[in-house]
Amino acid sequence: MAEKAQSAVVSPAGLVIGRTLDELGNLFLFFLESVALIFAGWGQLAKTVRQIYFIGVQSVSVIALIGLFTGMVMGMQLYYALSTFGADGFLGTGVALSMVRELAPVLSAIMLTGRAGSAMTAEIGVMRISEQIDALTIMDINPKRYLVAPKMAACLLSFPILTTFFNLIAMWGGWLTGVKLLGANEGVYWARVQDALDWGDIEGGLIKAVVFGVLVCTICCYEGYFTHIRSGHAGPEGVSQSTTSAVVKSCVVILAADYVLTSLLW
Amino acid sequence: MVMSKAPSIRLENLAVGYGGKAVVGGLNLEFPGGRLTMVVGGSGSGKSTLLKHILQLQPAIEGKIFFGGHDMCSLSRNQMHCIRQRMGVLFQDGALLGSLRLKDNIALPLREHTRLKEAEIMDIVADRLELVGLGHALELFPNELSGGMRKRAGLARALVMDPQVLFCDEPTSGLDPVMSAELDQLLLEMMRHFDMTMVVVTHDLASMRALADHVVVLGDGRCLFQGNLEELERTGDPYLRNFLDRTAEGRDAPRLTRPPLGQDRGVMKRNCDKILGES
Repeated sequence: MAEKAQSAVVSPAGLVIGRTLDELGNLFLFFLESVALIFAGWGQLAKTVRQIYFIGVQSVSVIALIGLFTGMVMGMQLYYALSTFGADGFLGTGVALSMVRELAPVLSAIMLTGRAGSAMTAEIGVMRISEQIDALTIMDINPKRYLVAPKMAACLLSFPILTTFFNLIAMWGGWLTGVKLLGANEGVYWARVQDALDWGDIEGGLIKAVVFGVLVCTICCYEGYFTHIRSGHAGPEGVSQSTTSAVVKSCVVILAADYVLTSLLW
Repeated sequence: MVMSKAPSIRLENLAVGYGGKAVVGGLNLEFPGGRLTMVVGGSGSGKSTLLKHILQLQPAIEGKIFFGGHDMCSLSRNQMHCIRQRMGVLFQDGALLGSLRLKDNIALPLREHTRLKEAEIMDIVADRLELVGLGHALELFPNELSGGMRKRAGLARALVMDPQVLFCDEPTSGLDPVMSAELDQLLLEMMRHFDMTMVVVTHDLASMRALADHVVVLGDGRCLFQGNLEELERTGDPYLRNFLDRTAEGRDAPRLTRPPLGQDRGVMKRNCDKILGES
């Protein structure tokens, strides 16, 4: 009787906490195994190169567009705001710091979640429901090594490179609006960009990019890999639910991790 | 009679299911080495679930599975690797990797587990695909193949490592009767050619009658029969007779709980009549 009463009070909250901890533990183990399997033989190299092409190279145009428009908007907004106080000379400082420290890693990661992360979840999810992952297991090929580890390696490399590319394009976008359209001094703009940034800023931005890459890849691959145990949603509906869930969770986790990393790094 | 070296598979008090809930329980079965065992039963009787557990894709709820004397539930990782390399599986839809050409799908286990040169691998791949009648389809992707071709390709991949045991999950489902008969014939030839133990899960009675040395019938959450085909055909058990004769004697026919909509289908019908020009 007492047990029943206790379970009636504890169960709902306890279940949620228990399930969340269980999920987080599984996610962490999934990440550790995937990272360890990156180095499981030379055969991984070719698969990793293919993934770098898909995740990295094919995302260049999207990152360039987003970087350009973000930089242009920042250039315009900061110019108007700073020129009110006669401080438009600091335009380069504002654009450079906001991009390198915050906007480039966060926006690149969110864009890559939408472009590559969702595709990773869908690909692995479809492979799961069509028994392709079972087939790999039966052939004694570790599906995590074959499918997830190359994606993890590609994310670890591609995210920081694309973030750097975003930075460069965004600063050029800021110059385009701030200097070419609105008339700020070109020499001052670039000098401020150079002065404002020290190695710590660049390093911090790159650390963020690597962490976001790991988070996005882990969450997206995990959601696809376990799409079949999604209660109440089997088959194609399960894959679509997993993909939606992966994108939403990744975006939320990117922003939460950004806050934590910013607190720790600066 | 030549004795086969192919391993047998034995199940001891096995219960299988999902989420700790048993679909089939109390299974004490033997799939004899070098022979073809058909696991049959109605839809939802747990045939494919049993196969997944035998393949160790899911852990058993209780009981033991022996593969040639090895308890599969207590094998080390290395032992499991060795056992897996002695198995071949033909999945229901072939389960070919969609991103790889047919030749790369078949070559995958060889590339992963052998140190053969690429030319030798391609020789073996071409041989296996020729064996299943797909010698012309090396460069095709799985989505360019018909259902029957995908199954044949799945069979070629299952055979590429010369397995001792071949498992087939519903090999003839979705195929027309001629193609089903061809695939049955192909399975028989492969079994003789490779001297394998074969376990085929199906609800295709024609396939069962064409292939089976040994039959296991599942239903009602348990094993209803195990023995040879002749014994099964002579059975007097009403459930098995219904199953074998494809009748529904003693079972209530489904009844409509409400009358058909008839002429009065409301607005939808009237709109359709108008569109079709029928008054």
